[in-house]
Amino acid sequence: MPSEGFIPSYESGTEWLRSGGQSSDVVMSSRVRLARNLAGWRFGHKAGHGDRQKVLEICRDRIAAAGLANLGAPGGPTSAVPPAHTPDSPAPPAQIMWIDLRESPPIERQLLVERHLISKQHAKGKPLPDLKSGDVETTDPRGVAIALPDERLSIMVNEEDHLRIQAVRGGLALAEAWADADRADDLLESTLDFAYSPRFGYLTCCPTNVGTGVRMSLMLHLPALKLSGDIEKVKRAAGDMNLAVRGFYGEGSDAAGDFYQVSNQTTLGKGEQTILGDLADQIIPKVVEYERMARRNLLAKRGAALEDQVYRALGLLTHARLLTAEESMQMLSHVRLGVVMGLVADVDLASVNALMLLTQPAHLQRVVGQELDQEQRRNARAQLIRRRLLKAN
Amino acid sequence: MKCDKCDNEATVHEMIVKGGAKTERHLCEHCARELGLNPGGATLGQLITKFVVAPQGQPPASAEKPAPATPTPPTSCRGCGTTFADFKKTGRLGCAECYTTFEPQLGSLLERAHEGATHHAGKTPKRWEERSARAGADSVRRERIDDLRRRLEQAVMAEQYEAAAVLRDELRKIESQGAV
Repeated sequence: MPSEGFIPSYESGTEWLRSGGQSSDVVMSSRVRLARNLAGWRFGHKAGHGDRQKVLEICRDRIAAAGLANLGAPGGPTSAVPPAHTPDSPAPPAQIMWIDLRESPPIERQLLVERHLISKQHAKGKPLPDLKSGDVETTDPRGVAIALPDERLSIMVNEEDHLRIQAVRGGLALAEAWADADRADDLLESTLDFAYSPRFGYLTCCPTNVGTGVRMSLMLHLPALKLSGDIEKVKRAAGDMNLAVRGFYGEGSDAAGDFYQVSNQTTLGKGEQTILGDLADQIIPKVVEYERMARRNLLAKRGAALEDQVYRALGLLTHARLLTAEESMQMLSHVRLGVVMGLVADVDLASVNALMLLTQPAHLQRVVGQELDQEQRRNARAQLIRRRLLKAN
Repeated sequence: MKCDKCDNEATVHEMIVKGGAKTERHLCEHCARELGLNPGGATLGQLITKFVVAPQGQPPASAEKPAPATPTPPTSCRGCGTTFADFKKTGRLGCAECYTTFEPQLGSLLERAHEGATHHAGKTPKRWEERSARAGADSVRRERIDDLRRRLEQAVMAEQYEAAAVLRDELRKIESQGAV
Protein backbone atom coordinates (compact mmCIF):
# COMPACT_ATOMS: atom_id res chain seq x y z
CA MET A 1 0.00 0.00 0.00
CA PRO A 2 1.85 3.14 -1.11
CA SER A 3 1.93 5.87 1.46
CA GLU A 4 4.28 8.39 -0.02
CA GLY A 5 3.00 11.27 -2.08
CA PHE A 6 -0.60 12.26 -2.36
CA ILE A 7 -3.60 11.86 -4.60
CA PRO A 8 -1.86 12.08 -7.93
CA SER A 9 -4.64 13.79 -9.81
CA TYR A 10 -6.57 16.04 -7.48
CA GLU A 11 -8.45 17.46 -10.41
CA SER A 12 -10.06 14.32 -11.70
CA GLY A 13 -11.21 10.92 -10.66
CA THR A 14 -13.53 11.87 -7.83
CA GLU A 15 -16.43 9.54 -8.27
CA TRP A 16 -19.04 11.84 -6.79
CA LEU A 17 -18.35 14.52 -9.38
CA ARG A 18 -18.96 12.18 -12.28
CA SER A 19 -21.86 13.69 -14.15
CA GLY A 20 -23.28 10.72 -16.02
CA GLY A 21 -25.06 8.76 -13.28
CA GLN A 22 -28.77 8.06 -13.02
CA SER A 23 -30.91 11.11 -12.17
CA SER A 24 -27.75 13.21 -12.09
CA ASP A 25 -29.79 16.32 -12.90
CA VAL A 26 -30.88 16.19 -9.26
CA VAL A 27 -28.77 13.54 -7.50
CA MET A 28 -25.08 14.39 -7.28
CA SER A 29 -23.96 11.28 -5.48
CA SER A 30 -24.93 8.25 -3.42
CA ARG A 31 -22.90 7.38 -0.35
CA VAL A 32 -22.85 4.47 2.10
CA ARG A 33 -20.90 4.54 5.32
CA LEU A 34 -20.39 1.66 7.73
CA ALA A 35 -19.22 2.11 11.32
CA ARG A 36 -17.19 -0.79 12.74
CA ASN A 37 -15.10 -1.39 15.85
CA LEU A 38 -12.60 -4.09 16.70
CA ALA A 39 -13.72 -6.51 19.40
CA GLY A 40 -11.63 -6.32 22.54
CA TRP A 41 -10.44 -2.74 22.11
CA ARG A 42 -11.87 0.35 23.74
CA PHE A 43 -13.62 2.85 21.50
CA GLY A 44 -11.45 5.72 20.31
CA HIS A 45 -12.21 8.43 22.85
CA LYS A 46 -11.60 6.07 25.78
CA ALA A 47 -8.34 4.65 24.43
CA GLY A 48 -4.88 5.89 25.24
CA HIS A 49 -2.19 6.69 22.70
CA GLY A 50 -0.70 3.18 22.81
CA ASP A 51 -4.01 1.47 22.10
CA ARG A 52 -4.93 3.89 19.34
CA GLN A 53 -1.55 3.32 17.73
CA LYS A 54 -2.03 -0.45 17.93
CA VAL A 55 -5.55 -0.27 16.46
CA LEU A 56 -4.20 1.93 13.67
CA GLU A 57 -1.49 -0.61 12.84
CA ILE A 58 -3.87 -3.58 12.89
CA CYS A 59 -6.40 -1.83 10.68
CA ARG A 60 -3.78 -0.45 8.29
CA ASP A 61 -2.19 -3.88 7.79
CA ARG A 62 -5.48 -5.72 7.36
CA ILE A 63 -6.78 -3.12 4.93
CA ALA A 64 -3.60 -3.51 2.88
CA ALA A 65 -3.95 -7.30 2.86
CA ALA A 66 -7.71 -7.48 2.28
CA GLY A 67 -7.60 -7.23 -1.52
CA LEU A 68 -9.77 -4.13 -1.63
CA ALA A 69 -7.96 -2.44 -4.50
CA ASN A 70 -10.21 -3.54 -7.32
CA LEU A 71 -13.36 -3.32 -5.34
CA GLY A 72 -14.59 0.12 -6.21
CA ALA A 73 -12.61 0.48 -9.41
CA PRO A 74 -14.25 0.38 -12.83
CA GLY A 75 -14.58 -3.22 -13.87
CA GLY A 76 -13.96 -4.35 -10.31
CA PRO A 77 -15.69 -7.37 -8.85
CA THR A 78 -18.84 -5.54 -7.81
CA SER A 79 -18.88 -2.81 -10.41
CA ALA A 80 -22.37 -2.45 -11.83
CA VAL A 81 -21.61 0.75 -13.71
CA PRO A 82 -19.80 0.58 -17.06
CA PRO A 83 -16.18 1.72 -16.86
CA ALA A 84 -15.83 5.45 -17.27
CA HIS A 85 -12.61 5.04 -19.23
CA THR A 86 -12.56 4.59 -22.98
CA PRO A 87 -10.14 2.27 -24.76
CA ASP A 88 -8.14 5.37 -25.70
CA SER A 89 -7.54 6.17 -22.04
CA PRO A 90 -7.02 2.87 -20.25
CA ALA A 91 -7.78 2.89 -16.55
CA PRO A 92 -4.69 3.27 -14.40
CA PRO A 93 -4.10 0.26 -12.17
CA ALA A 94 -6.28 0.32 -9.09
CA GLN A 95 -4.54 0.58 -5.74
CA ILE A 96 -5.22 1.41 -2.13
CA MET A 97 -3.34 4.42 -0.86
CA TRP A 98 -2.69 4.79 2.85
CA ILE A 99 -2.34 8.24 4.37
CA ASP A 100 -1.13 8.63 7.95
CA LEU A 101 -2.81 11.90 8.89
CA ARG A 102 -0.20 12.75 11.51
CA GLU A 103 2.26 13.18 8.70
CA SER A 104 0.01 15.13 6.35
CA PRO A 105 0.36 18.89 6.19
CA PRO A 106 -2.84 20.79 7.12
CA ILE A 107 -3.57 21.70 3.51
CA GLU A 108 -3.55 18.06 2.43
CA ARG A 109 -5.93 17.14 5.22
CA GLN A 110 -8.17 20.00 4.16
CA LEU A 111 -8.02 18.67 0.59
CA LEU A 112 -9.29 15.30 1.83
CA VAL A 113 -12.14 16.99 3.69
CA GLU A 114 -13.14 18.91 0.58
CA ARG A 115 -13.14 15.65 -1.39
CA HIS A 116 -15.43 14.10 1.25
CA LEU A 117 -12.80 11.44 2.01
CA ILE A 118 -12.37 12.33 5.68
CA SER A 119 -14.46 14.28 8.18
CA LYS A 120 -13.43 17.63 9.62
CA GLN A 121 -13.07 15.94 12.99
CA HIS A 122 -10.73 13.33 11.51
CA ALA A 123 -8.59 16.06 9.94
CA LYS A 124 -8.19 17.72 13.35
CA GLY A 125 -7.64 14.60 15.44
CA LYS A 126 -8.72 14.29 19.03
CA PRO A 127 -6.99 15.10 22.30
CA LEU A 128 -5.81 11.88 23.97
CA PRO A 129 -6.58 11.28 27.65
CA ASP A 130 -3.00 10.22 28.43
CA LEU A 131 -1.13 12.71 26.28
CA LYS A 132 -1.24 16.14 27.83
CA SER A 133 1.36 17.78 25.65
CA GLY A 134 1.96 17.87 21.94
CA ASP A 135 -0.04 19.00 18.99
CA VAL A 136 -3.17 16.87 18.57
CA GLU A 137 -2.99 17.06 14.78
CA THR A 138 0.43 15.46 14.67
CA THR A 139 0.17 13.05 17.61
CA ASP A 140 -3.27 11.44 17.40
CA PRO A 141 -2.80 8.11 15.55
CA ARG A 142 -5.29 8.15 12.68
CA GLY A 143 -5.32 7.58 8.97
CA VAL A 144 -7.31 6.96 5.85
CA ALA A 145 -7.12 4.38 3.08
CA ILE A 146 -8.34 5.49 -0.32
CA ALA A 147 -9.01 3.38 -3.41
CA LEU A 148 -7.41 5.02 -6.42
CA PRO A 149 -7.93 6.13 -9.09
CA ASP A 150 -11.61 6.93 -8.57
CA GLU A 151 -11.89 7.24 -4.76
CA ARG A 152 -15.06 5.14 -4.75
CA LEU A 153 -13.95 3.52 -1.56
CA SER A 154 -12.27 5.07 1.46
CA ILE A 155 -11.75 3.86 5.02
CA MET A 156 -11.11 6.19 7.93
CA VAL A 157 -9.18 4.55 10.77
CA ASN A 158 -9.53 5.82 14.35
CA GLU A 159 -12.24 8.34 13.71
CA GLU A 160 -15.13 8.14 16.21
CA ASP A 161 -15.21 4.39 15.51
CA HIS A 162 -12.15 2.29 14.71
CA LEU A 163 -13.26 1.93 11.10
CA ARG A 164 -15.52 4.01 8.96
CA ILE A 165 -15.90 2.35 5.57
CA GLN A 166 -17.26 4.64 2.88
CA ALA A 167 -18.37 3.83 -0.66
CA VAL A 168 -19.56 6.48 -3.07
CA ARG A 169 -21.09 6.55 -6.56
CA GLY A 170 -22.09 9.39 -8.86
CA GLY A 171 -25.83 9.96 -9.39
CA LEU A 172 -28.55 7.78 -7.90
CA ALA A 173 -26.67 4.50 -7.40
CA LEU A 174 -27.20 3.65 -3.77
CA ALA A 175 -27.47 -0.10 -4.41
CA GLU A 176 -24.06 -0.09 -6.10
CA ALA A 177 -22.52 1.96 -3.31
CA TRP A 178 -24.01 -0.45 -0.75
CA ALA A 179 -22.64 -3.44 -2.69
CA ASP A 180 -19.14 -1.92 -2.57
CA ALA A 181 -19.34 -1.10 1.15
CA ASP A 182 -20.81 -4.51 1.96
CA ARG A 183 -18.08 -6.33 0.03
CA ALA A 184 -15.34 -4.24 1.65
CA ASP A 185 -16.89 -5.03 5.03
CA ASP A 186 -16.92 -8.78 4.21
CA LEU A 187 -13.29 -8.71 3.14
CA LEU A 188 -12.18 -6.87 6.27
CA GLU A 189 -14.34 -9.01 8.49
CA SER A 190 -12.60 -12.14 7.25
CA THR A 191 -9.46 -10.99 9.04
CA LEU A 192 -10.85 -8.74 11.77
CA ASP A 193 -13.16 -9.52 14.65
CA PHE A 194 -15.76 -6.76 14.86
CA ALA A 195 -17.56 -5.79 18.07
CA TYR A 196 -21.03 -7.24 17.67
CA SER A 197 -23.91 -8.42 19.81
CA PRO A 198 -26.93 -10.39 18.63
CA ARG A 199 -29.27 -7.90 20.24
CA PHE A 200 -27.64 -4.59 19.33
CA GLY A 201 -25.80 -5.58 16.15
CA TYR A 202 -22.54 -3.82 15.34
CA LEU A 203 -21.50 -1.93 18.46
CA THR A 204 -20.56 1.68 17.88
CA CYS A 205 -19.19 4.44 20.03
CA CYS A 206 -22.36 6.50 19.64
CA PRO A 207 -25.57 4.48 20.10
CA THR A 208 -27.24 6.46 17.31
CA ASN A 209 -25.20 4.32 14.89
CA VAL A 210 -25.61 0.97 16.61
CA GLY A 211 -27.18 -1.96 14.75
CA THR A 212 -26.29 -1.91 11.10
CA GLY A 213 -23.86 0.96 11.62
CA VAL A 214 -24.98 2.12 8.20
CA ARG A 215 -25.55 5.64 7.03
CA MET A 216 -26.87 5.87 3.47
CA SER A 217 -26.95 9.37 2.07
CA LEU A 218 -27.78 11.13 -1.14
CA MET A 219 -26.43 14.51 -2.15
CA LEU A 220 -29.29 16.32 -3.85
CA HIS A 221 -29.33 19.54 -5.85
CA LEU A 222 -32.68 21.18 -5.10
CA PRO A 223 -32.55 24.76 -6.37
CA ALA A 224 -36.14 24.86 -7.68
CA LEU A 225 -37.60 23.59 -4.42
CA LYS A 226 -35.50 26.17 -2.62
CA LEU A 227 -36.79 28.94 -4.89
CA SER A 228 -40.43 27.87 -4.57
CA GLY A 229 -40.07 27.53 -0.81
CA ASP A 230 -41.24 23.92 -0.95
CA ILE A 231 -37.89 22.79 0.42
CA GLU A 232 -39.32 23.33 3.90
CA LYS A 233 -42.04 20.78 3.14
CA VAL A 234 -39.39 18.31 1.99
CA LYS A 235 -37.41 18.89 5.19
CA ARG A 236 -40.48 18.39 7.35
CA ALA A 237 -41.48 15.23 5.47
CA ALA A 238 -37.92 13.93 5.76
CA GLY A 239 -38.00 14.61 9.50
CA ASP A 240 -41.29 12.72 9.81
CA MET A 241 -39.66 9.76 8.08
CA ASN A 242 -36.69 9.90 10.44
CA LEU A 243 -34.32 11.12 7.78
CA ALA A 244 -31.68 13.74 8.40
CA VAL A 245 -31.23 16.68 6.03
CA ARG A 246 -27.79 18.26 6.15
CA GLY A 247 -25.64 20.63 4.14
CA PHE A 248 -22.92 20.10 1.54
CA TYR A 249 -20.27 19.13 4.06
CA GLY A 250 -22.46 17.05 6.34
CA GLU A 251 -23.25 17.64 9.96
CA GLY A 252 -23.37 21.27 10.96
CA SER A 253 -22.76 22.63 7.47
CA ASP A 254 -25.11 24.91 5.56
CA ALA A 255 -26.93 23.92 2.44
CA ALA A 256 -24.35 25.71 0.30
CA GLY A 257 -25.49 26.19 -3.26
CA ASP A 258 -28.83 24.48 -2.66
CA PHE A 259 -27.18 21.11 -2.05
CA TYR A 260 -28.74 18.90 0.58
CA GLN A 261 -27.64 15.58 2.00
CA VAL A 262 -30.51 13.30 2.92
CA SER A 263 -29.69 10.25 5.02
CA ASN A 264 -31.20 7.61 7.27
CA GLN A 265 -31.01 8.15 11.03
CA THR A 266 -32.40 4.84 12.20
CA THR A 267 -29.79 2.09 12.31
CA LEU A 268 -31.38 -0.36 14.74
CA GLY A 269 -34.25 -2.68 13.90
CA LYS A 270 -34.09 -2.14 10.13
CA GLY A 271 -32.00 -4.27 7.81
CA GLU A 272 -29.66 -2.68 5.29
CA GLN A 273 -31.89 -3.72 2.40
CA THR A 274 -34.89 -2.05 4.03
CA ILE A 275 -33.02 1.20 4.56
CA LEU A 276 -31.73 1.00 0.99
CA GLY A 277 -35.15 0.22 -0.47
CA ASP A 278 -36.88 3.00 1.49
CA LEU A 279 -34.41 5.59 0.25
CA ALA A 280 -33.53 4.47 -3.26
CA ASP A 281 -36.91 3.13 -4.39
CA GLN A 282 -39.40 5.16 -2.38
CA ILE A 283 -38.26 8.43 -0.95
CA ILE A 284 -35.53 9.77 -3.21
CA PRO A 285 -37.37 9.15 -6.52
CA LYS A 286 -40.26 11.18 -5.08
CA VAL A 287 -37.98 14.06 -4.09
CA VAL A 288 -36.35 13.91 -7.54
CA GLU A 289 -39.75 14.07 -9.22
CA TYR A 290 -40.83 16.90 -6.90
CA GLU A 291 -37.73 18.93 -7.80
CA ARG A 292 -38.22 18.25 -11.53
CA MET A 293 -41.84 19.34 -11.29
CA ALA A 294 -40.79 22.52 -9.50
CA ARG A 295 -38.27 23.14 -12.30
CA ARG A 296 -40.93 22.63 -14.98
CA ASN A 297 -43.29 24.97 -13.12
CA LEU A 298 -40.60 27.60 -12.84
CA LEU A 299 -39.89 27.37 -16.54
CA ALA A 300 -43.58 27.55 -17.46
CA LYS A 301 -44.58 30.35 -15.09
CA ARG A 302 -41.41 32.34 -14.55
CA GLY A 303 -39.27 31.26 -17.49
CA ALA A 304 -37.77 34.68 -18.14
CA ALA A 305 -36.91 35.19 -14.47
CA LEU A 306 -35.33 31.75 -14.29
CA GLU A 307 -33.25 32.34 -17.41
CA ASP A 308 -32.28 35.74 -16.06
CA GLN A 309 -31.07 34.21 -12.81
CA VAL A 310 -29.02 31.59 -14.64
CA TYR A 311 -27.39 34.09 -17.00
CA ARG A 312 -26.76 36.66 -14.26
CA ALA A 313 -24.91 33.94 -12.39
CA LEU A 314 -22.96 33.03 -15.49
CA GLY A 315 -22.22 36.71 -16.11
CA LEU A 316 -20.99 37.19 -12.58
CA LEU A 317 -18.83 34.08 -12.66
CA THR A 318 -17.23 35.03 -15.97
CA HIS A 319 -16.56 38.65 -15.03
CA ALA A 320 -16.05 38.97 -11.30
CA ARG A 321 -12.51 39.65 -10.04
CA LEU A 322 -13.03 38.57 -6.41
CA LEU A 323 -15.19 35.63 -5.39
CA THR A 324 -15.79 33.97 -2.03
CA ALA A 325 -16.29 30.21 -1.86
CA GLU A 326 -19.91 30.72 -0.75
CA GLU A 327 -20.77 33.09 -3.59
CA SER A 328 -19.11 30.82 -6.16
CA MET A 329 -21.04 27.86 -4.86
CA GLN A 330 -24.36 29.72 -5.06
CA MET A 331 -23.68 31.02 -8.57
CA LEU A 332 -22.42 27.63 -9.77
CA SER A 333 -25.64 26.15 -8.41
CA HIS A 334 -27.69 28.53 -10.60
CA VAL A 335 -25.55 27.71 -13.63
CA ARG A 336 -25.86 23.99 -12.91
CA LEU A 337 -29.63 24.37 -12.93
CA GLY A 338 -29.40 26.18 -16.27
CA VAL A 339 -27.19 23.45 -17.72
CA VAL A 340 -29.36 20.51 -16.70
CA MET A 341 -32.49 22.32 -17.90
CA GLY A 342 -30.92 22.99 -21.28
CA LEU A 343 -30.97 26.77 -20.83
CA VAL A 344 -27.20 27.04 -21.20
CA ALA A 345 -25.89 25.16 -24.16
CA ASP A 346 -22.18 25.76 -24.12
CA VAL A 347 -21.24 24.86 -20.55
CA ASP A 348 -21.13 21.18 -19.64
CA LEU A 349 -22.17 19.64 -16.35
CA ALA A 350 -18.76 18.09 -15.72
CA SER A 351 -17.07 21.54 -15.80
CA VAL A 352 -19.58 22.98 -13.34
CA ASN A 353 -19.23 19.99 -11.01
CA ALA A 354 -15.43 20.19 -11.16
CA LEU A 355 -15.48 23.90 -10.30
CA MET A 356 -17.53 23.21 -7.17
CA LEU A 357 -14.60 21.24 -5.85
CA LEU A 358 -11.70 23.22 -7.32
CA THR A 359 -12.95 26.51 -5.85
CA GLN A 360 -12.75 25.17 -2.30
CA PRO A 361 -9.79 26.72 -0.42
CA ALA A 362 -7.37 23.78 -0.34
CA HIS A 363 -8.05 22.73 -3.92
CA LEU A 364 -7.66 26.28 -5.11
CA GLN A 365 -4.25 26.54 -3.49
CA ARG A 366 -3.30 23.22 -5.03
CA VAL A 367 -4.34 24.43 -8.49
CA VAL A 368 -2.37 27.65 -8.08
CA GLY A 369 0.54 25.77 -6.55
CA GLN A 370 1.13 28.02 -3.57
CA GLU A 371 -0.34 29.05 -0.24
CA LEU A 372 -2.77 31.94 -0.49
CA ASP A 373 -4.39 34.18 2.10
CA GLN A 374 -8.12 34.81 1.99
CA GLU A 375 -7.93 37.87 -0.25
CA GLN A 376 -5.57 36.13 -2.66
CA ARG A 377 -7.87 33.13 -2.73
CA ARG A 378 -10.84 35.28 -3.76
CA ASN A 379 -8.82 36.64 -6.62
CA ALA A 380 -7.46 33.25 -7.67
CA ARG A 381 -10.93 31.72 -7.45
CA ALA A 382 -12.43 34.35 -9.74
CA GLN A 383 -9.57 33.86 -12.18
CA LEU A 384 -9.91 30.08 -12.22
CA ILE A 385 -13.67 30.15 -12.77
CA ARG A 386 -13.36 32.77 -15.48
CA ARG A 387 -10.72 30.79 -17.30
CA ARG A 388 -12.59 27.50 -17.07
CA LEU A 389 -16.00 28.83 -18.06
CA LEU A 390 -14.73 31.01 -20.89
CA LYS A 391 -12.68 28.08 -22.15
CA ALA A 392 -15.82 25.99 -22.00
CA ASN A 393 -17.59 28.68 -23.97
CA MET B 1 -64.19 -12.61 51.60
CA LYS B 2 -62.49 -11.36 54.72
CA CYS B 3 -58.86 -11.89 55.64
CA ASP B 4 -58.17 -14.88 57.90
CA LYS B 5 -56.18 -12.61 60.23
CA CYS B 6 -58.05 -9.30 60.24
CA ASP B 7 -61.19 -7.60 58.99
CA ASN B 8 -59.74 -6.38 55.72
CA GLU B 9 -60.81 -7.75 52.36
CA ALA B 10 -58.75 -10.80 51.38
CA THR B 11 -56.95 -10.25 48.10
CA VAL B 12 -54.26 -12.94 48.37
CA HIS B 13 -55.42 -16.52 48.12
CA GLU B 14 -53.08 -19.43 48.70
CA MET B 15 -53.90 -23.04 48.13
CA ILE B 16 -51.43 -25.78 49.00
CA VAL B 17 -52.04 -29.39 48.09
CA LYS B 18 -49.73 -31.70 50.02
CA GLY B 19 -50.10 -35.48 50.30
CA GLY B 20 -53.66 -35.30 49.07
CA ALA B 21 -54.59 -32.77 51.77
CA LYS B 22 -55.64 -29.29 50.70
CA THR B 23 -55.09 -26.22 52.85
CA GLU B 24 -56.27 -22.75 51.93
CA ARG B 25 -55.36 -19.29 53.21
CA HIS B 26 -57.14 -16.05 52.38
CA LEU B 27 -55.30 -12.91 53.40
CA CYS B 28 -55.20 -9.18 52.87
CA GLU B 29 -52.09 -7.74 51.29
CA HIS B 30 -50.70 -6.51 54.61
CA CYS B 31 -51.09 -9.81 56.45
CA ALA B 32 -49.83 -11.79 53.48
CA ARG B 33 -46.63 -9.74 53.49
CA GLU B 34 -46.23 -10.28 57.23
CA LEU B 35 -46.52 -14.01 56.71
CA GLY B 36 -43.79 -13.95 54.11
CA LEU B 37 -46.01 -14.14 51.05
CA ASN B 38 -45.12 -11.62 48.42
CA PRO B 39 -48.29 -10.28 46.86
CA GLY B 40 -47.63 -8.22 43.78
CA GLY B 41 -43.94 -9.15 43.93
CA ALA B 42 -44.17 -11.75 41.24
CA THR B 43 -45.96 -10.27 38.31
CA LEU B 44 -47.57 -12.26 35.58
CA GLY B 45 -44.59 -11.28 33.51
CA GLN B 46 -42.13 -12.73 36.00
CA LEU B 47 -44.11 -15.91 36.29
CA ILE B 48 -44.14 -16.36 32.54
CA THR B 49 -40.46 -15.55 32.42
CA LYS B 50 -39.70 -18.25 34.94
CA PHE B 51 -41.78 -20.66 32.98
CA VAL B 52 -40.45 -19.98 29.52
CA VAL B 53 -36.91 -19.06 30.44
CA ALA B 54 -36.21 -22.12 32.56
CA PRO B 55 -34.01 -24.37 30.45
CA GLN B 56 -35.49 -27.74 29.62
CA GLY B 57 -34.88 -30.37 32.24
CA GLN B 58 -34.33 -27.79 34.95
CA PRO B 59 -36.98 -26.77 37.44
CA PRO B 60 -38.26 -23.21 37.19
CA ALA B 61 -36.40 -20.70 39.29
CA SER B 62 -37.34 -21.33 42.91
CA ALA B 63 -39.52 -18.94 44.84
CA GLU B 64 -36.77 -18.34 47.41
CA LYS B 65 -34.43 -17.02 44.75
CA PRO B 66 -36.52 -15.05 42.27
CA ALA B 67 -34.59 -13.84 39.25
CA PRO B 68 -34.25 -10.07 39.50
CA ALA B 69 -36.63 -8.47 37.01
CA THR B 70 -34.30 -5.63 36.15
CA PRO B 71 -30.82 -6.15 37.51
CA THR B 72 -29.49 -3.09 39.24
CA PRO B 73 -27.06 -1.60 36.77
CA PRO B 74 -23.46 -1.36 37.88
CA THR B 75 -22.25 2.16 38.39
CA SER B 76 -19.40 1.84 35.94
CA CYS B 77 -18.43 -0.39 33.03
CA ARG B 78 -15.94 -3.14 33.88
CA GLY B 79 -14.39 -2.83 30.45
CA CYS B 80 -13.52 0.85 30.44
CA GLY B 81 -14.81 2.53 33.59
CA THR B 82 -17.43 4.59 31.80
CA THR B 83 -20.37 5.51 34.02
CA PHE B 84 -23.88 6.09 32.80
CA ALA B 85 -23.46 9.71 33.86
CA ASP B 86 -20.40 9.94 31.56
CA PHE B 87 -22.49 8.57 28.75
CA LYS B 88 -25.28 11.04 29.40
CA LYS B 89 -22.78 13.86 29.29
CA THR B 90 -20.93 12.87 26.11
CA GLY B 91 -23.39 10.67 24.24
CA ARG B 92 -20.52 8.21 23.71
CA LEU B 93 -19.96 4.75 25.11
CA GLY B 94 -16.43 3.64 25.97
CA CYS B 95 -16.30 0.05 24.75
CA ALA B 96 -18.40 -2.90 23.57
CA GLU B 97 -18.86 -4.03 27.18
CA CYS B 98 -20.77 -0.80 27.92
CA TYR B 99 -23.68 -2.15 25.88
CA THR B 100 -23.98 -5.07 28.30
CA THR B 101 -23.35 -2.97 31.39
CA PHE B 102 -25.95 -0.35 30.56
CA GLU B 103 -28.34 -2.58 28.66
CA PRO B 104 -31.38 -1.84 30.87
CA GLN B 105 -31.03 1.92 30.48
CA LEU B 106 -29.94 1.79 26.85
CA GLY B 107 -32.89 -0.33 25.80
CA SER B 108 -35.49 2.39 26.22
CA LEU B 109 -33.15 5.11 25.02
CA LEU B 110 -32.39 3.22 21.82
CA GLU B 111 -36.07 2.57 21.34
CA ARG B 112 -36.70 6.29 21.31
CA ALA B 113 -33.75 6.96 18.99
CA HIS B 114 -34.55 4.18 16.53
CA GLU B 115 -38.28 4.32 15.88
CA GLY B 116 -39.17 1.93 18.66
CA ALA B 117 -36.67 -0.74 17.61
CA THR B 118 -35.18 -2.90 20.33
CA HIS B 119 -33.16 -5.42 18.35
CA HIS B 120 -30.75 -5.57 15.45
CA ALA B 121 -32.26 -6.69 12.18
CA GLY B 122 -29.40 -6.47 9.72
CA LYS B 123 -26.16 -8.05 8.71
CA THR B 124 -24.42 -10.56 10.99
CA PRO B 125 -20.64 -10.94 10.78
CA LYS B 126 -19.86 -14.19 8.96
CA ARG B 127 -17.40 -15.12 11.68
CA TRP B 128 -20.18 -14.82 14.21
CA GLU B 129 -22.51 -16.98 12.13
CA GLU B 130 -19.83 -19.62 11.63
CA ARG B 131 -18.88 -19.60 15.27
CA SER B 132 -22.50 -19.91 16.31
CA ALA B 133 -23.09 -22.70 13.84
CA ARG B 134 -20.31 -24.89 15.17
CA ALA B 135 -20.92 -23.67 18.67
CA GLY B 136 -21.56 -26.90 20.56
CA ALA B 137 -20.77 -25.92 24.12
CA ASP B 138 -18.55 -23.00 23.25
CA SER B 139 -18.82 -19.57 24.74
CA VAL B 140 -20.42 -17.88 21.77
CA ARG B 141 -23.39 -20.17 22.05
CA ARG B 142 -23.61 -19.57 25.77
CA GLU B 143 -23.50 -15.86 25.12
CA ARG B 144 -26.25 -16.19 22.58
CA ILE B 145 -28.40 -18.20 24.95
CA ASP B 146 -27.83 -15.72 27.76
CA ASP B 147 -28.69 -12.92 25.42
CA LEU B 148 -31.89 -14.62 24.28
CA ARG B 149 -32.90 -15.26 27.87
CA ARG B 150 -32.31 -11.65 28.74
CA ARG B 151 -34.30 -10.46 25.77
CA LEU B 152 -37.08 -12.90 26.51
CA GLU B 153 -37.29 -11.71 30.07
CA GLN B 154 -37.46 -8.12 28.92
CA ALA B 155 -40.09 -8.90 26.30
CA VAL B 156 -42.20 -10.59 28.95
CA MET B 157 -41.73 -7.72 31.37
CA ALA B 158 -42.87 -5.35 28.64
CA GLU B 159 -45.80 -7.69 28.03
CA GLN B 160 -44.74 -8.20 24.43
CA TYR B 161 -45.90 -11.77 24.39
CA GLU B 162 -45.72 -12.32 20.64
CA ALA B 163 -42.06 -11.29 20.62
CA ALA B 164 -41.52 -13.43 23.72
CA ALA B 165 -42.95 -16.48 21.98
CA VAL B 166 -40.59 -16.01 19.03
CA LEU B 167 -37.63 -15.64 21.38
CA ARG B 168 -38.70 -18.66 23.39
CA ASP B 169 -38.85 -20.79 20.23
CA GLU B 170 -35.45 -19.53 19.17
CA LEU B 171 -34.06 -20.30 22.59
CA ARG B 172 -35.51 -23.80 22.59
CA LYS B 173 -34.10 -24.42 19.14
CA ILE B 174 -30.61 -23.45 20.23
CA GLU B 175 -30.89 -25.33 23.49
CA SER B 176 -32.07 -28.46 21.70
CA GLN B 177 -28.89 -28.39 19.60
CA GLY B 178 -26.86 -29.68 22.53
CA ALA B 179 -26.19 -29.32 26.20
CA VAL B 180 -24.99 -25.93 27.39
